[in-house]
Amino acid sequence: MRSKRFEALDARPIKKDGFVKEWPEVGLIAMNNPGDPTPSLTIENGVIVELDGKKREDFDMLDQFIADHGIRLERAEEAMAMSSLDIANMLVDFNVPRSEVVDITTSITPAKITEVMGLMTVLEMMMAQTKMRSRLMPSNQCHVTNVKDNMVQIAADAAEAAIRGFDEMETTVGVARYAPFNALAIMVGANVGRPGILTQCAVEEATELDLGMRGYTAYAETISVYGTEPVFMDGDDTPYSKAFLASCYASRGLKMRFTSGTGSEVQMGYAEGKSMLYLEARCLYITKGAGVQGTQNGSVSCIGVPAGVPGGIRAVLAENLIAACLDLECASSNDQTFTHSDLRRVARSMMQMVPGTDYICSGYSSTPNYDNMFAGSNWDAEDYDDWNVIQRDLKIDGGLQPADEETVVAARAKAARTMQTIFRELGLPEIKDEEVEAATYANGSKDMPDRDVVADLKAADELLARGATAVDFVKALDRGGIPDVAHSLYNILITKAAGDYLHTASMLSSDWEVISAVNYPNTYHGPQTGYQISDERWQEMQDIPWAIDPESV
Amino acid sequence: MAINEQMLQSIIEEVLREMGTSQPAADAPAAAPAESAAAAAESVELKPEGEVKQGTASDEVLIGLAPAFAEFQTETIIGIPHSKVLKELIAGIEEEGLKARVIKVYRSSDVAVCGHDAAELSGSGVAIGIQSKGTALIHQKDLPQLSNLELFSQAPLIDLDTYRAIGKNAAKYAKGESPSPVPVKNDQMARPAYQAKAALLHIKETEHVVPGKKPVEMEVIFK
Repeated sequence: MRSKRFEALDARPIKKDGFVKEWPEVGLIAMNNPGDPTPSLTIENGVIVELDGKKREDFDMLDQFIADHGIRLERAEEAMAMSSLDIANMLVDFNVPRSEVVDITTSITPAKITEVMGLMTVLEMMMAQTKMRSRLMPSNQCHVTNVKDNMVQIAADAAEAAIRGFDEMETTVGVARYAPFNALAIMVGANVGRPGILTQCAVEEATELDLGMRGYTAYAETISVYGTEPVFMDGDDTPYSKAFLASCYASRGLKMRFTSGTGSEVQMGYAEGKSMLYLEARCLYITKGAGVQGTQNGSVSCIGVPAGVPGGIRAVLAENLIAACLDLECASSNDQTFTHSDLRRVARSMMQMVPGTDYICSGYSSTPNYDNMFAGSNWDAEDYDDWNVIQRDLKIDGGLQPADEETVVAARAKAARTMQTIFRELGLPEIKDEEVEAATYANGSKDMPDRDVVADLKAADELLARGATAVDFVKALDRGGIPDVAHSLYNILITKAAGDYLHTASMLSSDWEVISAVNYPNTYHGPQTGYQISDERWQEMQDIPWAIDPESV
Repeated sequence: MAINEQMLQSIIEEVLREMGTSQPAADAPAAAPAESAAAAAESVELKPEGEVKQGTASDEVLIGLAPAFAEFQTETIIGIPHSKVLKELIAGIEEEGLKARVIKVYRSSDVAVCGHDAAELSGSGVAIGIQSKGTALIHQKDLPQLSNLELFSQAPLIDLDTYRAIGKNAAKYAKGESPSPVPVKNDQMARPAYQAKAALLHIKETEHVVPGKKPVEMEVIFK
């Protein structure tokens, strides 16, 4: 006979999640692996000749790249001589300023920083994250996609997401050839909602760069790096080829960040017996060494692997913190389904929501998850009110604010109409009035009429073939009588030309001010310092339309 | 993050375009379908037959098995026996009137390598690659190793009907036809349920990789 209690427990969503026991010998372990290298560093004549127990002649290409580019040498010997416990204490102690800690943490080795993390609890890491985040204020990013690749819906969802507070937005495609339309739609929609929002389109690397150079996107982040040589080679890549790609983006004033995360190496079967966190630390040193301003990390699409082993979500917080310690912008994932349990998905996100990261989600699905073409996010459009209430309950700024139906509907309508206009002006397949109306009121692509996909794809190919750039979009919007959106797109191009938002953790305000870790550095050093929620912002965050107003009763 | 699907999509389109210009192979005789093939296959034995010979017959499709398949591991990530999987793949190929030849790949556990190495040895230039956990693809010798004709990346969602359809489609490509891709299922909750187990199974497969070892032809004996 079965216990009724256990039957009830077996029926819970958590029981559908996959868990495995640790297997340290092959690297199926989140952190604190006895097989991780012992930290060490020897410098001769300004060159690292030994790194984490390995002599220079035994370096693989990752070791060499890290040794030659990823570690600041001036104070490295002094920093390596400090005990890991002392460094962990500096991280948690808010009396030690961020700048002082960064001097140390950018001068130590991957094994050393992994050892430091291994000494900290999640609470201590969250304290450290509060201080170590590069930009003064946290922010948030969203995904804007749908299964039909419907560009009118993308624009409308982006406009709504802008009203709700996202500063960066990312789209991708179901069908690759839709990429130019999806990139155009998210840029137009986002800037209808709020001028100055940066947008990207995650596609195959060469296409993504091409779209960026044409001005269809404002930044990029899907440039993956890995922590072992065989996994890097499987992707036909090296740290050097990725660094070259990064400089291509910089040459056009386009912001970009690398992507990496715990679990990818063990998932590919080549973790070399090291912990997931140590291998992710190597990825972050490669990112730093390539001169890239930031990272999207936090296991990302491999989250099911660390989440399946003990302490895995702690390791995910640790990897975000290492990114901050290396003075990188951190877009901290929280962007992929990893559990059937609502309790568990909130607990996982608290680690970044409470301390705040440069972009807490990367991203939050601005559509219902059935339309999320990144295989589903940890948060979706139907969780908007839950997110806002959590912010209101805890008085933490997760980057969003409540929105009223009228404002959202108006923004969606304008975005859809703007797409109709720009498509007409560019000679692209017609967007009908019924599509504009459907997108205005849609929750997801189930509410959208089907388009002629063959005609769309032909037109998308033709748009690229005729060499259309974002300048053509600006002209088309101006001709079509939508000068404000034309102006926004134009200003993004100008800002790119100036190279102004290549700085760490940059975003643009609606007045076209670059907000980055350079002009708004994180100055946290204890209560009432660093980013403080202003009275105005607090009003905005707490104002949920369905709360009872005492004066009305 | 959707890159694989996009690359896949664009390659399928490109291949289909190219194939559209050539005539499909003339009426291949439709062999009698092996009815409910899998039902009969309780287990399977792979008997090594020595180094794989370069195929010359244009009516063959190779199946490149990853190192642990049907030997060190015996079922997919959702517990489908390898005997039944192999039986359905072969039945799908034979249903289109073509012959299946099975090889074991040792130099890598990567499904793309298993498929591409097999495609290069295939007389038709088409092959199926499959890992022990069930991840599969259809490959063609002239494509880059990291692309493919069709990819079935979510092993927990592949059932026996899908394996049969994969066999059929591989045979159709081998005949120069342009089949509709086998519908790919998508479930955003496959990751929470299976990603960690997938890593574990892949590690166990990779342990049987022998660098530099050439593929071995296998006689397949269903019991």
